[in-house]
Amino acid sequence: MSADQKQRSIRCLVAKVGLDGHDRGAHVIARAFRDAGFEVIYSGLHKAPEEIVQAAVQEDVDVLGISILSGAHNTLIPKVVEGLEEYGAFEDTLLLVGGVIPDEDKQELKEQGVAEVFGPGTELEETIQFVRENAPRR
Amino acid sequence: MSGDSQGGQVADEPPALISELLAGDHRALARVITKIENRAPGYRDLVSALHEHTGDAAVVGVTGSPGSGKSTLVDKLAEEYRDRGLTVGVIAVDPSSPYTGGAVLGDRIRMASTVGDMDVFVRSMSARGNLGGLSTATADAVKALDAFGKDRIIIETVGAGQNEIDVVRAADTVAVLVPPSSGDTVQMLKAGILEIADVFVVNKSDLDGADRTVKELREMIDLRDDVNPVLGAGKHGPEGGPAPGDGADADPDEGAAGTLDTVEGEEATWTPSIVETVATRGEGVDALLDAFAAHREHVAATGRADEMERTRYAEEIRTLLRDDAAGLLEREIERRGGIDEFVDAVVARETDPYEVADDLLGPLRECVEQRARDED
Repeated sequence: MSADQKQRSIRCLVAKVGLDGHDRGAHVIARAFRDAGFEVIYSGLHKAPEEIVQAAVQEDVDVLGISILSGAHNTLIPKVVEGLEEYGAFEDTLLLVGGVIPDEDKQELKEQGVAEVFGPGTELEETIQFVRENAPRR
Repeated sequence: MSGDSQGGQVADEPPALISELLAGDHRALARVITKIENRAPGYRDLVSALHEHTGDAAVVGVTGSPGSGKSTLVDKLAEEYRDRGLTVGVIAVDPSSPYTGGAVLGDRIRMASTVGDMDVFVRSMSARGNLGGLSTATADAVKALDAFGKDRIIIETVGAGQNEIDVVRAADTVAVLVPPSSGDTVQMLKAGILEIADVFVVNKSDLDGADRTVKELREMIDLRDDVNPVLGAGKHGPEGGPAPGDGADADPDEGAAGTLDTVEGEEATWTPSIVETVATRGEGVDALLDAFAAHREHVAATGRADEMERTRYAEEIRTLLRDDAAGLLEREIERRGGIDEFVDAVVARETDPYEVADDLLGPLRECVEQRARDED
C-alpha cells in the first residue's frame, strides 16, 4: 500500500469571497501551502459563496480556506456552509477562515462549522500544522 | 476486483459510489475522480464499473505553451457548448513541484463564464511527480465524466514534452494553441507537436504576427502532406492505420476502382485545420467548435475513430499490465530482501543488472512457460 499512499496529497481551495479586493494574504497562504506539498486551487477575487461551493465540491478539496477582509463574514460564511451541506460536502471539508475577524465573531463562526480562524500575524507554519493535523482522512 | 466480489459474478452490483455518480450526484463524481487520482484502494473496481457506461462523450484535448491562452479558450468553449445545450466536463492538468509535490492549480480562475453552472464540471489535476501515471489517471477521470453523462469533455494541459502529449492522447480531437509570434512554429516542429494536432488554434489573433503565424502553419501542413506517405508508413505499425494512397490530389472515384485500402487510405488522411480566435472576446470559438465537429465526423466516416478507440484500449491494457507486473515484481524484490541487496551485489561486481532481472523474473517466466506447456 505504500505506493498508494504516496499518491495522496492534501487538496486545498484558497478562496476570496465577497467584495474586498485584498488578496495578498490569500496569495501568501496559497504559496505556503504549495511549498508544504499541498495541492492548492486558488479561486481568484470577488467570488460569490455559491461559486466557492461549486469549486469546493467539484475539486473535492480536503480543506477550504476562506479569506475575508471586508467584515462580511457573518453573512458570507453561513452561505458557504449551507451550500456545502446541500451537496453533502460539509462533513468532510475542513473549513478555515483567515482575515480580519473580531474576537466576538470567532466563536459564532466556529459554532457554524468553521474549524479555526486565523487572524493577522498568524505564523504560516501554525496554519500548515493545523491543516496537517486536521485535514480529513478519507 | 475486491475480495468479497471474487466468489460471485464479476460485474454484479456496482459500488455505491458509482450508483450515486450514475444518478447524477456531483459529490460522488468528485469523489470518484479523487479516488482515481489517489489510486485509493478500490479505485480499480470503480473504473471497471464505469466502463460499460462510457463511450458517449466527445473528448477534446487542448494544449499549448504557457500563456497561449488555453484556460481562457477552454472557458469560452465551455460557454459555447452550454449555449448549444450540451453539458461539459473539464480536466485541467497543471504541473506540480518536483521538490515538494505541491502545486498551485490556477486554471480555475479563468473559468469564469460558466461559474455557478453545475453542468460545467471543472476539475484540476496535478502531475504529482508521477509522470507515467498521469495519463492513466487523466484517462480514467475522463471515463468518470463520460459515465456521469457529460456530452463534451475537454482535457487541458501545458504542451511540453512526451508526458503532456500522452495526456491528450485520451482525446478524440486535439487542438494545439499557437501564440502569434514568429519562430514558434519552428519550435513546434522540434517538439513533434505537429503530428498530434488535429486543429491548430492561432489564439490572440488580433495581435501582430498572427497572419504570419497562420501562413507558416499552412506551409508546414502543406509540407506535411507532401511527405505524408513516409509519415503514414511510419505510423502504420503501431497505430495499425491504413497507409495513405498515391497522393493527396488523387481522384476519390479513381480510388474506388482500386482496392478498398486505397480508398480508406485516401480519406483517412485528415489535414489539420487552422482556426483563428481571440479567446478573451470569444471570437472564433464558433468556428473552432465547427472544426472539432468536422474532425469528429471525418474520423467517424473513415473508420479512424474506431481504430483510435481500439489503439487506446490496447495501450491501456498494456499499460495496466506493465504496472501490475511491475508491482508483482516489486513484491518479489521485497520478499527476497529488498533492492539494496541486489544493488550491493551489482556494485561489488558479483553479478550484473541483467542477471538480477533474469533471476527475479524467473518465477514469472516459469509460470508462463508451464501454462504454455500445459495447453500444448
